[in-house]
Amino acid sequence: MSPGAIAFIDHLPVLPEVILLVGTCALMIVDLFVKDARRGLSYALAQAILLACALGTAFVMWGAGGSRLIIFNGLYVADLMGHVLKLFAYIAVSAALVYSRQYLLDRGLMRGEFLTLLLFALLGMMIMISANSFLTVYLGLELLSLCLYAMVALNRESAASTEAAMKYFVLGALASGLLLYGMSMIYGATGSLTITEVAVGVSKVAGNTAEHTFLVFGLVFVVAGIAFKLGVVPFHMWIPDVYHGAPTAVTLVIGSAPKLAAFAMAMRLLVNGLLDLAVDWQQMLAILAVLSMALGNITAIAQTNLKRMLAYSTIAHMGFMLLGLLSGVVGGNLLSAVEAYSAAMFYVIVYVLMSLGAFGMLLYLSRAGFECENLEDMRGLARRSPWFAFIMLVLMFSLAGVPPTAGFYAKLAVLSAAVSAGQIWLAVVAVVLSLIGAFYYLRIVKLMYFDEPRDAGPVLGPPEMRTLLSLNGLSLVALGILPQGLMSLCYLAIRGL
Amino acid sequence: MQGALPYLSLAVWIPILTGLAVLATGGDRNAGPQRALALAGAIAGFLVTIPLYAGFDLQSSGMQFVEFAPWIRQFNVNYHLGVDGISVLFLLLNSFITILVVIAGWSVIESRVSQYYASFLLLSGFMNGVFSALDGVLFYVFFEATLIPMFIIIGVWGGPNRVYAAVKFFLYTLGGSLLMLVALLYLYNKSGGTFSIVDWHTLPLPLETQVLLFFGLLLAFAVKVPMWPVHTWLPDAHVEAPTGGSVVLAAIMLKLGAYGFIRFTLPILPDASRELAGFMIALSLIAVVYIGLVALVQSDMKKLIAYSSISHMGFVTLGFFIFNAQGVEGGLVQMISHGFISAALFLCVGVMYDRMHSRMISDYGGVVNTMPKFASFMMLFAMANAGLPATSGFVGEFMVIMGAMKHSFWIAFAAATTLVFGAAYTLWMYKRVIFGAVANKQVAALTDLNRRELIVLGLLAFAVLAMGVYPLPFTEVMHASVNELLRHVAQPKI
Repeated sequence: MSPGAIAFIDHLPVLPEVILLVGTCALMIVDLFVKDARRGLSYALAQAILLACALGTAFVMWGAGGSRLIIFNGLYVADLMGHVLKLFAYIAVSAALVYSRQYLLDRGLMRGEFLTLLLFALLGMMIMISANSFLTVYLGLELLSLCLYAMVALNRESAASTEAAMKYFVLGALASGLLLYGMSMIYGATGSLTITEVAVGVSKVAGNTAEHTFLVFGLVFVVAGIAFKLGVVPFHMWIPDVYHGAPTAVTLVIGSAPKLAAFAMAMRLLVNGLLDLAVDWQQMLAILAVLSMALGNITAIAQTNLKRMLAYSTIAHMGFMLLGLLSGVVGGNLLSAVEAYSAAMFYVIVYVLMSLGAFGMLLYLSRAGFECENLEDMRGLARRSPWFAFIMLVLMFSLAGVPPTAGFYAKLAVLSAAVSAGQIWLAVVAVVLSLIGAFYYLRIVKLMYFDEPRDAGPVLGPPEMRTLLSLNGLSLVALGILPQGLMSLCYLAIRGL
Repeated sequence: MQGALPYLSLAVWIPILTGLAVLATGGDRNAGPQRALALAGAIAGFLVTIPLYAGFDLQSSGMQFVEFAPWIRQFNVNYHLGVDGISVLFLLLNSFITILVVIAGWSVIESRVSQYYASFLLLSGFMNGVFSALDGVLFYVFFEATLIPMFIIIGVWGGPNRVYAAVKFFLYTLGGSLLMLVALLYLYNKSGGTFSIVDWHTLPLPLETQVLLFFGLLLAFAVKVPMWPVHTWLPDAHVEAPTGGSVVLAAIMLKLGAYGFIRFTLPILPDASRELAGFMIALSLIAVVYIGLVALVQSDMKKLIAYSSISHMGFVTLGFFIFNAQGVEGGLVQMISHGFISAALFLCVGVMYDRMHSRMISDYGGVVNTMPKFASFMMLFAMANAGLPATSGFVGEFMVIMGAMKHSFWIAFAAATTLVFGAAYTLWMYKRVIFGAVANKQVAALTDLNRRELIVLGLLAFAVLAMGVYPLPFTEVMHASVNELLRHVAQPKI
């Protein structure tokens, strides 16, 4: 075998990233020569690229057989968790494209910029998901964030969008700064940027108080950076404004796939890299979790704008997910770690599906010249479109965590992890706060089913969107009845770390 | 039961699948076939529960008709169904009441017919699931899933203040049950990773833990029963719900809470149960006496029956926490009997409401003059509600009072006052509504029961009388299981 062949085989795991990068560059060029009326071509190309990426990842996954590969001198890791998260990221982005197509066409926003920025953002997520070095994490994070900043401001005429983009950018830059600062401190203490080596470095300094303080100091900033990406209190300020200000199609993108990347980032940095500091970061996460659930759920009640309400709901859900992340290590014991982290992973994936559906529904109900974004707009949906009211009902009950929907099992898994870690009081706080949360989801159901519609017009949308939206809702029921498959997948993924 | 059909699964899934079929084929244009399909589903659902009773082994105290299949392996959650002498009757009761509800809504419900019937069938299947689940998560899933159809039933077909009532109902019950979820997870963790309710029965737990778990579960079940002071959702829900909703709520849904006590609290936490029995008895007596008095002053018939339900359910919890065979069996009999009587009374109010569109006692008077058949049926049910001997209402109350007498004279005395108050509020309402001169033109124009109503009330009247005159078929199935339960509760497992 020639050396070139070896290098190729070694670097096979980055195949999806390569496909995406090459494809997106090609798309960028093709799109220059496509007239507005033929923009469907670019859209189809984008979907084809996503499909190719999915095939690539499936191929890599099948080839790896569950083994964990570290390549590019320790910069990149290919493991089952990464593959699974990437596959769900493709699904989320692809669904986002389907949902937002009509909306963007109606508003003249279906331009090459949207597609290329979206695909580059996906590339950023994939790099974050597979990062094995502080450098790669940061690279992916910035690629993702820069694309999202631009996408928020896609509608140049809208003052709200511009404001949201500015706010997002300034706060995002600050968070990146914090993260970098934290990374530099950990680098100072351990002498490495590679996450696997950092883990070794951290275990060496155990017992050395001065070094430990130094590390914890760095850790605080790293946790702050992660918290910003997840959007948990007190680093949540950007979420409501960005969700509200951005065009709904972009809100859908921000509210779905990047959560997977943020989760991966937390896993890579905290679990892969800094597991020996678990006692310290678990305490921090506990505070973040409780604050997020409290603020998210309580503030959401007061919202009259659906996008803002869902923004606060995101904050609450990410707080809930943190309960899983902070239940892994009990008194230095890693016995329940796999269960706890896989519960968090299951939660994130289910959340992404719910968020896609909920924002997809807003896009579905919007028309040219009409933005569906207020609670009032849901009024009487059960009369206008019984089937999609039912889908929305499933989404809302799933977000509230009522069985038999997937949202319940997500909560069950995370609560179970918290209880077995002995965090009974955290679990009790979490359920009490999710009870408060149930109220605003219920209000949507109430508006849809119990109230009379304001405009009696039928709800129309492109057929592929109707199909996908229905599937999206039904998938939550299916996962609610048979959650076994996805749970096992998460379990295997985390065990492969 | 080798080789037999999986009757429990059928009892759970026939209504659910029929409900989904009704929903899927639904539309306001073809309401007739929808009704027929729903009725067929309800009857089929009832027929498959009959073998459960017919094939029941009276000598065995264990679980029968057990079905087992792995469901979620990570958490060792299984699709585990089974019934014992305590739960088997509730499947029959539930499936029976479902038929009546379907018939009762036949010509009354005009809007969104398929959604109406689908809600009731789904609800019926879920509740059968609650009564037969032997796995903690499965139980919880069914227990919670019942909220969604009932929420829709109250909110869509309810009265003027339905939204408030529906949301209150949902949040109260969800709040209670979320703490139960934490308790179940704790038990899962303590038992080394099993959600099997039967295994939990033998799990040793220190007293402090038991007390904490007791309160975790108490809230869930107490809200459902409902016990004083978490009962306030019930009058609202009953008043606003459509007749069918009220019937199912009173006849079956309230029993889910009481069933929870006897399936979870007593056997899993026997020491805490004995420790806190005084507390539970006190709450039960407050419900029996105080709520009985509250019922006396109601001017709305549905509200009155709702308060009467709370008072009667107080008897059930009282019976459970005096720890003797009469008490527990009396409580169970009372649950069944109240299922018939409250269903019948709500249907009676429904019959009048369909004609007059009022539930206020003051709008009626002299109904006997225009609706003699109806008046005689309602007389029977009112008497049964007051606990007249030879009706089912008497049997349960009498057994509980007997049991309480063994425990303490004063508890029995306080409980027995309900015979006075119960008679007072029920008969006084009956007198004001039915007797006297014809009050107004609307009453004068009333028409007596039609055939459909006659069937429904006739079936219930038969059940009430049969159970009152010859309760043995009902009590003999419980003996073995109740004795085993009491023997189990008597042993400390700290």
